[in-house]
Amino acid sequence: MKADPKGVLTGAHFLDGDHACSEGALSAGCRFAAGYPITPSTEIVERIASRFPQVGGMFIQMEDEIASSIAIQGAVWGGAKAMTVTSGPGFSLMMEHIGFAAMLETPCVFVDVQRAGPSTGQPTLPGQADMMQARWGSHGDYEIIALCPNSPQECYDLTIRAFNLAEEYRVPVMIMMDECVGHMTEKVVIPSPEEIEITERRYTTAKLGEYRPYFTDGEMVPPIAKAGDGHRFHVTGLTHDERGYPVMSPEVQEKCVRRLVDKIRLNAERIISLEESETEGADVIVVSYGITSRVSVKAIEMARADGIKVGHLRLITAWPFPEKRIRELVGRTGAFIMPELNYGQMFFEMQRVIDGKAKSYLLPHGGGTVHKPEVIYRTIKEAALECRPQVEESAW
Amino acid sequence: MVTINPDMCKGCGICIRFCPAGVLEFSDEFNSKGYHPPRAVRPEACTGCDLCGIYCPDFAIFGILLKTVA
Amino acid sequence: MVNNNPVSDLLRTDRMPHIWCSGCGLGTTVNCFVRAAAGCGLPPDQITVVSGIGCTGRVAGYLKLDSFHTTHGRPIPFATGLKLANPRLKVVVYSGDGDLFAIGGNHFIHAARRNMDMTVICVNNFTYGMTGGQVTPTTPTGAIASTAPYGNTEDPFNLPYLADSAGAVYVARWTTFHVRQATKAMKEAIQKKGFSFVELVSPCPTLYGRRNRMGDGLDMMEGYKENSTIRNGADTRDVGMDISGKIVCGKFVDRERPSFLEQYNTRLAARLGPSYKNYEGVL
Repeated sequence: MKADPKGVLTGAHFLDGDHACSEGALSAGCRFAAGYPITPSTEIVERIASRFPQVGGMFIQMEDEIASSIAIQGAVWGGAKAMTVTSGPGFSLMMEHIGFAAMLETPCVFVDVQRAGPSTGQPTLPGQADMMQARWGSHGDYEIIALCPNSPQECYDLTIRAFNLAEEYRVPVMIMMDECVGHMTEKVVIPSPEEIEITERRYTTAKLGEYRPYFTDGEMVPPIAKAGDGHRFHVTGLTHDERGYPVMSPEVQEKCVRRLVDKIRLNAERIISLEESETEGADVIVVSYGITSRVSVKAIEMARADGIKVGHLRLITAWPFPEKRIRELVGRTGAFIMPELNYGQMFFEMQRVIDGKAKSYLLPHGGGTVHKPEVIYRTIKEAALECRPQVEESAW
Repeated sequence: MVTINPDMCKGCGICIRFCPAGVLEFSDEFNSKGYHPPRAVRPEACTGCDLCGIYCPDFAIFGILLKTVA
Repeated sequence: MVNNNPVSDLLRTDRMPHIWCSGCGLGTTVNCFVRAAAGCGLPPDQITVVSGIGCTGRVAGYLKLDSFHTTHGRPIPFATGLKLANPRLKVVVYSGDGDLFAIGGNHFIHAARRNMDMTVICVNNFTYGMTGGQVTPTTPTGAIASTAPYGNTEDPFNLPYLADSAGAVYVARWTTFHVRQATKAMKEAIQKKGFSFVELVSPCPTLYGRRNRMGDGLDMMEGYKENSTIRNGADTRDVGMDISGKIVCGKFVDRERPSFLEQYNTRLAARLGPSYKNYEGVL
C-alpha cells in the first residue's frame, strides 16, 4: 500500500537527521509518538509535536522514558503506528519495554540518537556505544532489528523502513542514529506518496470468539487484533500459549521463545541491507556503520590512492548481523577493520563470524568526536602489509 | 434460589457468614481440592439477594430471585 | 460449572479456578467489577482492562474483555497510549498498591494531573502478595512484612489524598465488605469523564493477615465490618489508615475538570483555527 498523502512533505528539503527522522515517521503513517526530552534526540519530538496535530496524530510528552516506551505499545494495541525517541540514558530506561514489545510481538519503533556515555556522558557529542544494548539490553531471549542511518536522507528512508519491518515481523525496530547524523544538515528528498511503499498492519480475519492472539497457522508471524474490535483477547508479558494465556511449562516457554528468535533469524537475509564498495577481491575490508562509515570513506580513498585494494562494507542493518555475507568475504579477504565509537561492540560480533580465518582490527574510540581518517588509513596500510607481506611498501 | 458450584469453592466461609437469611452452612463433604464447600441448609429462606454471589471470591456461588428464574 | 454464574459472560471461565488464595479479596473485587461493567451502560467490547504485575495484575487475565497484562508499575502509561490511540475505548487500570504506588507512583500522579480519561482501580491489600508479603507504600507503620520483620518504620501513603491532590475528578474508597457500594463506585468511576480512582481495601490473609495476627479472610472481613465508617465527602486529608485498622470509606471527590483530550482539542483549535480537526483517535 502507498503512503497517506496527509503526512508526506514531498519535495527537496534541507533537513538535519533528527527532523528527517520525524518526516520519515510521518510518511510511514506513524500517528502516535511519546517521548521525554533528551539531547541529542529532542529535535525529533519537537518537530513531531508541531507536525502531528496537523495530520491527525497525537504526540504526548510523558513523565519519563519508561512511560514513553510503554505508552507507544498501548497506542499500537489501540490501532496506531507508534514510536518513541531517546538517547543513551533514556534508552537504558526503556530496556524492559523492548523485551515487552518482543514478547507481545508489538510492532513499534524506538529511535536512539546515540551520544557519548556511559551515564550522562557527553550529551551533545556522538557515540556508538549503545549497539549491544539495542541487541541485548532487555533480559531474556528475543531478537530485534536495528538500522543505522549515516545521513539525513537515510534517517528519513530508514525510518519508513523501520515501520515497515516492525509491521512485517511484529517486532520492535531500533533506529540507531548518532549525534552527528542527527544534527548534520543535508539535502533530503521526500518522494511523492505514491512512490512510498507502506506495510500495513495485518489484522486477524478470525470470527469473533475464535481469535487466538498467537496462533500462527504455520507462519512465523501471527496476525494481530486491536482493542475494541470485539475479539475480547488477552495478551501478557508472561510466557503464553496460542490463546495468549500464561503457561508456566518448559514446553510452552521453548515454543514461545523459539518463534520470537526464529522469525528474525530465519528471515535475516530478507531483512539485512548492506552497502558495499569494491569488496570483491579486496585485501582489506573496512566494516563500518553510522557516522563512522563516512569517516571510513575518506580513509579508504586515501588508501586506494596508495594502490591498496581496500573494500568498504557498510552495515545499514546492524541487527540481524550480516553473518552470511561476512563469511563469504572471509575466504577471499585477509583483514577486516572496524572503526566504531566505542571500545568494541559490533567488532566482537564481526570477530565471532570471522572465527580466526582472517585478521581483524578494532579501531576503538571513546566517542565525543569521530575518528580521524588518518587513523583508519594507517590501520588499512598496516593490515594490507600484514596480509600481503610480499608487497613492498615502497610500491605504494 | 442459591446455586453452588462446590468444585470452585476454596472454603473461605464468607458466603456462610454474610448470608442475611442464614441459608448456608459448611458441608461435611470435601470438594475435589480438599475444601469444605457451603451447602444450603435452609434453601427455602433464600431471597435471591445474590450477596453470596458478589462476596464469593471464587465465583462458586450465586443467588437468583425465583421470580427471575420463572 | 462456573459457566452458569450470571457474571460468567465477562469472565474467562476457561481459566478458572483462579490462582488467588482462599479468603483473598481479589475475586470479590472482580465480582463487583463485572457487575459494575455490566451495569455501566457501555458494551463490553468497548471496555478494556490494563493490569500491571502482582496478584492484582492477574485480574486482566480473568476478565473476558480486551485485556492487557503489562509490566510492573506501568499499566497507567500503557493505558494512556491505548486511550489516546482510540478515545472511544473506556480504559480501566486494575492493579495493586505496590504496582500503582511504589514502582508506578510517578505515572499515577501524572495521569491524574493530566486528567487522562481512565479509571484506576487499586486493590490495596497493604502488601506484595505474589512475591511473599513484602512492605509496600501503603503498609501501615508498625505492621509486619517479610522485608519489615520488626515492623514497618515508614509512613504510608493516604491514597485518596494523593489522588485528590494530584487532580483526580472522582475518588472513592471501599472495602471488600462493602460490595454493593464498591460496585456502585466502580460503575460511577467508569461513567465519569476524566481520571477516576477507586481504592478497594482487600484482605491478603496468607501474607498480610497471618503475619499481623488478623486471622483468615473471613476474620479480616469481620474486621472491615467492625472498624469501618462511611463518611461520604470527607476531607481526603483525614482518611489515612494506620495500624489500628480503622478505615474511612465513602465517595470523597466527585468534581468536574476538563479531561486531557478536551483541554488538548480546545487549545489546539484556538491556536490552529478552523484548519484544526478535533483529535478523536488515530483511526
